[in-house]
Amino acid sequence: MNPVYIARSKDVAARSLEGEMMIMSAHNSTLFSLNDVGTVIWEAADGQTSLEEIVERKVGAEFDVELGEALKDAENFVRELAAHGILLLADQPIALSSATSKEHS
Amino acid sequence: MTTVRNGRDEIEMTESLAHEINIDIGGVPILVRTESREFYQILQNRYGRFVNTAAPPVFAFDVDVVPLDKITEEEVLRVRFAGGRCVLERGDFYAEFDLASCRGMIRQAANPYGIDAALRVVHSLLLAQQGGLLVHAASAVRNGRAFVFAGVSGVGKTTLARLTPPDAALLTDEISYLRRSGDAYVAYGTPFAGELGEPGENVRAPLAALYLLAQGSENKIEPVEQEQAARSLLENVLFFADDPELVARVFDSACELVKRVPVRRLTFVPDYRVWELIV
Repeated sequence: MNPVYIARSKDVAARSLEGEMMIMSAHNSTLFSLNDVGTVIWEAADGQTSLEEIVERKVGAEFDVELGEALKDAENFVRELAAHGILLLADQPIALSSATSKEHS
Repeated sequence: MTTVRNGRDEIEMTESLAHEINIDIGGVPILVRTESREFYQILQNRYGRFVNTAAPPVFAFDVDVVPLDKITEEEVLRVRFAGGRCVLERGDFYAEFDLASCRGMIRQAANPYGIDAALRVVHSLLLAQQGGLLVHAASAVRNGRAFVFAGVSGVGKTTLARLTPPDAALLTDEISYLRRSGDAYVAYGTPFAGELGEPGENVRAPLAALYLLAQGSENKIEPVEQEQAARSLLENVLFFADDPELVARVFDSACELVKRVPVRRLTFVPDYRVWELIV
C-alpha cells in the first residue's frame, strides 16, 4: 500500500480543551471532537511524516495498541476527517504552505 | 456636525440629519441619525436606557425611513460579509455598513426591527474582533457578579428572567453581551429583548458563571466538561458572518471563555426557588 501523508487543513481552528482536541471548520462551522488517539494523530499531522510512522512512533509509544489494527483504525479516521476537509491526504509529503491550521492549547 | 471616533482616526459626518441618538451597548456607542421624528421617538422608547450623550460614538448609521412596503425580496434575514463590508437584507429593511469606515446606512420603515437587527450584527462583528461574544442567553447581576443562562428558544430563558428576584438586575432575557477584559469577562446589559419585551438594565459586572439551561423535576447544578461547554456555548453564539477568519476567532473566543469561566448545567423547576442556587 502507498504511504499516506496527512496535514492539518489551514481552514480550520483547533483547540485543546482538557486534553481533547476540538476542531471547527471555518467554512461551515462544523465542530469535531477528537479522542486521545485522534488528538495524537492530529498533532503529528505535519504533512512530512507518513501515517504509518505516526502510528508506530506516536500512537504505539503512548497507547497499548496492536500496530496493525491501530494503523487500520488510523486510516479510517484520517479518511473521515479528510472527507470533511479537516485534514489533507496525499501519497507524498504535503507542502506546508497549503496546510497547517492555527492551533492553541 | 458629528465626529465619529473609530480608534484609528476621526470621521467627520458632514451632513446634518434632524435627529441623532447615541446608543451605547457594551461600551460601544453607536450613533443613529434620521430625518424621521416618528422613528426617533421609537428609538428613544426602545433604547432609552442605553442612550449616552457623553461618549463619542465609534460607529454611525444613517437611517432612511420609508413607507412600509416590501423593501427587498428576502423573506428571512440574509447577511453577506466580505472585505469588512456587510449587507443585511430582509423583506422589511435593507442595511449595509463598513467595519473600516465605521459607517452604515439602513433603509426601513418606522419600526425598530431593521435597526435592531443591524445593531445585533454590527455588535457581533465588533465583539468577535475583540475576543467577546453575543450569546443567545439571559443574564443577570447579583451581588456584583454576572450570571449567564444560555439555551435554545423554549428552554426557559424568559421564564428565569421573569423570576429574577428584587436583589438582582436583569441584563437581558434574550441576548447577552460578553466582553473580554484581561483574563476575565464582563457581562453588559442589552436592550435586545425576547418574549419578556423589556430591555435589560444598563449595568455591567464581571462574569461569574455560565449556566446551560435545562428544565427538569428538581433544581440542581452539575459540572460540564470544557469540550461540552464549548460546544454548547458555540450553539448559542450569535454570529452572522461566514468569513473564515472571523469564524475561527469566534471559535477561539468560545474556547477561551470556557477555560476561564465556570460552566455548569442548571436544571430547574420554573419557580422562584431556582434563584436560591444563583449566588
